[in-house]
Amino acid sequence: MNALEIDYVSKKYRLGEISTGTLSHDLHRWWCRIRGKDDPYLLLGDVNNRAEKAISDYIWALREITFEVRPGDILGIIGSNGAGKSTLLKILSKITSPTSGEIRFRGRMASLLEVGTGFHPEMTGRENIYMNGAIMGMTRAEITRKLDEIIDFSGVARYIDTPVKRYSSGMLVRLGFAVAAHLESEILIVDEVLAVGDAEFQEKALGKMRDVTTSDGRTVLFVSHNMGAVKTLCKRGIVLDQGRLVYDGKTDEAISFYQKCCRKEMNDKQTIREAGVRVSPDIEIFSIRINGRETMCPVLDDFENVLKIEVSGRIEKRTRLEIEGRVFDENEVPLAMFSPGHNRRKYKMYEKGLFFLQETIYLSSGIHRGNYYLCLDITNPGVEYFFRVPPRIRLEIPGFISVKGNVFEYRNGNGFIQLFDEQYLLETEKLSRLQ
Amino acid sequence: MNLSLSVDSWTTTIHARPLGKLFDFKEVYQYRDLLRMFVKRDVVTFYKQTILGPLWFLLQPLFTTLIFWFVFGRLAQLSTDTLPQPLFYMAGIVCWNYFSECLNRISSTFTTNSALFGKVYFPRIVIPLSVVISNLVKMAIQWLLFALIYLLYLGRGFAVGVTPYLLLFPLLIVIMAGLSLGFGLLFTSLTSKYRDLVFLLTFGVQLWMYATPIIYPLSSISLKYRYLMILNPMTSVVETVRLGLLGVGTFSWSYLLYSVVFTLLLLVLGVFLFGRVQRNFMDFV
Repeated sequence: MNALEIDYVSKKYRLGEISTGTLSHDLHRWWCRIRGKDDPYLLLGDVNNRAEKAISDYIWALREITFEVRPGDILGIIGSNGAGKSTLLKILSKITSPTSGEIRFRGRMASLLEVGTGFHPEMTGRENIYMNGAIMGMTRAEITRKLDEIIDFSGVARYIDTPVKRYSSGMLVRLGFAVAAHLESEILIVDEVLAVGDAEFQEKALGKMRDVTTSDGRTVLFVSHNMGAVKTLCKRGIVLDQGRLVYDGKTDEAISFYQKCCRKEMNDKQTIREAGVRVSPDIEIFSIRINGRETMCPVLDDFENVLKIEVSGRIEKRTRLEIEGRVFDENEVPLAMFSPGHNRRKYKMYEKGLFFLQETIYLSSGIHRGNYYLCLDITNPGVEYFFRVPPRIRLEIPGFISVKGNVFEYRNGNGFIQLFDEQYLLETEKLSRLQ
Repeated sequence: MNLSLSVDSWTTTIHARPLGKLFDFKEVYQYRDLLRMFVKRDVVTFYKQTILGPLWFLLQPLFTTLIFWFVFGRLAQLSTDTLPQPLFYMAGIVCWNYFSECLNRISSTFTTNSALFGKVYFPRIVIPLSVVISNLVKMAIQWLLFALIYLLYLGRGFAVGVTPYLLLFPLLIVIMAGLSLGFGLLFTSLTSKYRDLVFLLTFGVQLWMYATPIIYPLSSISLKYRYLMILNPMTSVVETVRLGLLGVGTFSWSYLLYSVVFTLLLLVLGVFLFGRVQRNFMDFV
């Protein structure tokens, strides 16, 4: 028996400005309807159509999503931005309604789309627990029964009779999460709430979510970009891509599917230059290459982890220019920074006109097997950014191969990453020779 | 899980187009504590954020009465049906304040609560209902002020008398609440999509007051135009309130019946539109 069934749920949004022209659209539509004609604005039809071919102001945020969840499951929902995750959650939590399809579930559904909803700054923590609980559908008696537990879990007992306007943001999140976690709902929707709060609280929150499912048999839908959290919490994962459900299976497989499907997308569609954002009007970038290729997935040499970055472009003023880079792990935790000018205190000056930048980043040799993300900035260090590429350049480190042919990998942690530039290497080499 | 549940025992089903109940009493009842919290929040936060606190509830009708007394009573010398002018104006003002304030606040339900509505589901109608109820508290305080002034006049020997029509008072309040709720729901539903209607409302309410016997009695309008006045559903309400409290006013059961029927129809329309808009409101904002 399922706790939740989602049947062919689709959601259509109208693009562009809603407020202008809509009255005339509505009148036009109404005029067509009373004459017995088809709705002129519904080019895509009702259920089954080819969105790509139709030229229309409407887009499908979700298309025929179908899946079911058993009681006690923690289902991870992953997908890149705009894949439809939030839309799905909004429909599930009844904030908006689907264009077609049906959703069935038993019991209460509570969503933690954002904790602390409805907190009023002038009211005390205690009053806000009642307020927040009531908004989520708890009765007064229920909250009173759990009040001590909630206050205890939140860890803000000392300030519980202080207006929440004096709370820190961390305290607000703790309080909000505490209320939500104690809501007796059969289905709990969690969306990125763990982004705030300190490590101890995050641990507590994750633990609470696990308890909720194992001991009470409650169902949790967990949406996060944090693959680490998804991996540890969920047994099953679904992947959304452009509004469609593209994968449904074990979490590990779902995550690797997601990462592959995103990688494919990057290779096909985008160059590094296209992925970047021009921050200053003074610059024009012609190309950015890493190891000779413009794609978002640079090819790394098997033995030496070297990134040779070349940037060509035009600058409209005389300035210092430098390439800076940072490496993140899959959970978007920053690991290392590359900024040769900062370290050397020596910058190159570029005259107005065409320029060509070249840097070589040496990744430390002990780097662990895994996927890393690099971001690049073309900058006048400490003064301004000219061009920024978000951390989506994907570095796949295959691990290093020992003499016997085994691939070394470390399951826990990412090891030690350092980024060096050539000069640093030369200097250390010199030093070691001198010694 | 309880295994005795049959396959069809879903407690909630979300459809694209639910075969709509007009108003889900059961659901609103489930959220009665939320309604109470919103009312409490309205009243309590009003205390906490202001210097004078609930005194504002009194100052506002008091000053309006003084101004009306001076402008319409002394300068324009409009008739007040032989009643002491302050009492006459104040009875009307308290009624009108309740109505217009509810209407104004309910009309912006969607726009002012969009942040909240975007995060969590609860029956949206709870918010307009809480406005109607929390303003009742405010109105009650204002009637107390009215009673004080009333006693003052009684002490000075004015022959003002309560009539049995005062028994209609609860019904009259329900009509006012219903009218402001109905119009408010209508407006907030329409303005969620077409913002320019907000301007219509703000000056519309101001003008509407002059079309309601607040600063003049209905009896001062010639019979020829009186039916026009009666079309305004607030007219009979205000007149009946005055008749009940002060003993003078134009009353007819048919006028009152008209207001009741008008209110009911308006509520049905308002609740229906509100229900439709709330389902997809988050997609427009």
